[in-house]
Amino acid sequence: MLDDFMTRAVLAGIGVALAAAPLGCFVVWRRMAYFGEAIAHAAILGVAISLMLQISVFAGALMVALLMAWIVTLLSGKNYAMDTLLGVLAHSSLAFGLVFVSFLSGIRIDLMAYLFGDILAVSQYDLAVIWLGVILVLLLMYWRWSALLISTLNEEMAYASGLNPKRDKIILTLSLAITVAVAIKVVGVLLIIAMLIIPAASARIFARTPESMAIIAAIIGCLSAFGGLEAAYIFDTPAGPTIVCIAAISFVTFNILGFIYKSIRQ
Amino acid sequence: MNLIRIENLCVNYGAKAVLHGVDLNVNAGEIVTVVGPNGSGKTSLLRAIIGATSPQKGKITLKDNLKIGYVPQRLNFDSSLPMTVERFMHLSNNINKKECFSALEKAGAPDIFKSQISQISGGQFQRVLLARAILNKPDILLLDEATQGLDQPGSALFYKHIEDVRRETNCAILMISHDLHVVMSTSDRVICLNGHVCCSGTPASVASDPEYKAMFGAGTAGTLALYQHHHDHDHDHSNKEVEPNA
Repeated sequence: MLDDFMTRAVLAGIGVALAAAPLGCFVVWRRMAYFGEAIAHAAILGVAISLMLQISVFAGALMVALLMAWIVTLLSGKNYAMDTLLGVLAHSSLAFGLVFVSFLSGIRIDLMAYLFGDILAVSQYDLAVIWLGVILVLLLMYWRWSALLISTLNEEMAYASGLNPKRDKIILTLSLAITVAVAIKVVGVLLIIAMLIIPAASARIFARTPESMAIIAAIIGCLSAFGGLEAAYIFDTPAGPTIVCIAAISFVTFNILGFIYKSIRQ
Repeated sequence: MNLIRIENLCVNYGAKAVLHGVDLNVNAGEIVTVVGPNGSGKTSLLRAIIGATSPQKGKITLKDNLKIGYVPQRLNFDSSLPMTVERFMHLSNNINKKECFSALEKAGAPDIFKSQISQISGGQFQRVLLARAILNKPDILLLDEATQGLDQPGSALFYKHIEDVRRETNCAILMISHDLHVVMSTSDRVICLNGHVCCSGTPASVASDPEYKAMFGAGTAGTLALYQHHHDHDHDHSNKEVEPNA
């Protein structure tokens, strides 16, 4: 079954959608979209470094993503507003990454594959790494779910309940870096944030609790991955961006449905 | 037995000392209010007690296994986070539905169990926060300007409710507040804070303290007297069986 590239692509897409759902909810609730983008853009620098050193792209991307998260934490609250700082770091690391890649003469590298994903080229090894990361992220999210929710609502409330919001934030950042690293192959560094945010934002329309929002986001994400691959096959379009397009269309559809539902109830 | 014992507490933010040489004890069952102007270190004091800020110097001793109920000023969630009152009550408590519901009923807000938190009124919201904080039967309640955003009758009602909580559960209460007159009349002890403890004691003694008057103006004392009159009056009617603090 895993011999078929289409099956592997669907499984990879579904894996990333599952990990992105609960994580994406926190990115939305804690307004970390720009932070996530900085981490994702840093990953391209990681890709360049791993190609240069000939180590695993997953490992390189994960390392640099975590390094970026650490730098952001160090610099935050110093001289610049958070969004300025993140804007500087996100785009500089993207630019440096692209320049680094251009130094790698000899092997011809398909940069587009890292920027927008190359889900149809997912190997069995890639699939194993992706699902390993996905399961790890899902376990971390399940374990810290309530604690993260409380510290999202109010940090002092979390401390008073005997929790450690600082540690939980590190776990959230780690999960984000893992998701970015395993999603590079699927949607690429430029569209990872879309996979985190769009399903979660669409799920918000009909969710009444945090848990239902995560579950609906997972369903939307999986359907987008599946539908996107189908559409890419039919229309012969790039798979990663098509997946994101399907998610975006579901976002608009859900909002219209939500609006109609509200109007009827009034 | 002291629930909380604070000795010579010093807290810095960067180079700035926000608290220095603060001594404070809270005993079982007493209501202690911390008042002070903005930037006087009130919130830093609470953050140090719950371990969110580590002190530069000094010692904070909590009773073994002290259960803390915390009522925050507000929650930082926007409309992107769906949360029913019911789910919120369950968040950090392993408590069944029935207990949650009766806690809300007691707080006077049983009909909002299924409502989204973002859609309830400010007064209901504060009652939900309080109901959640006392679900775990804490030994002490910490309140950080819990009535901000409520109007005067609203906060008066809220403090009345806190007194009820104390009476029913004998839980100690340490609160920070701006609503000087309302708060002071419900407190056993008032701590006037401005980086250090300026003065402390019964509401009446603090209100007449020159340092307190210098900080808040003499006018406040007048309002306090006026409010206490109303408050006592109210008690005469409705709560005849109220015992003095245990």
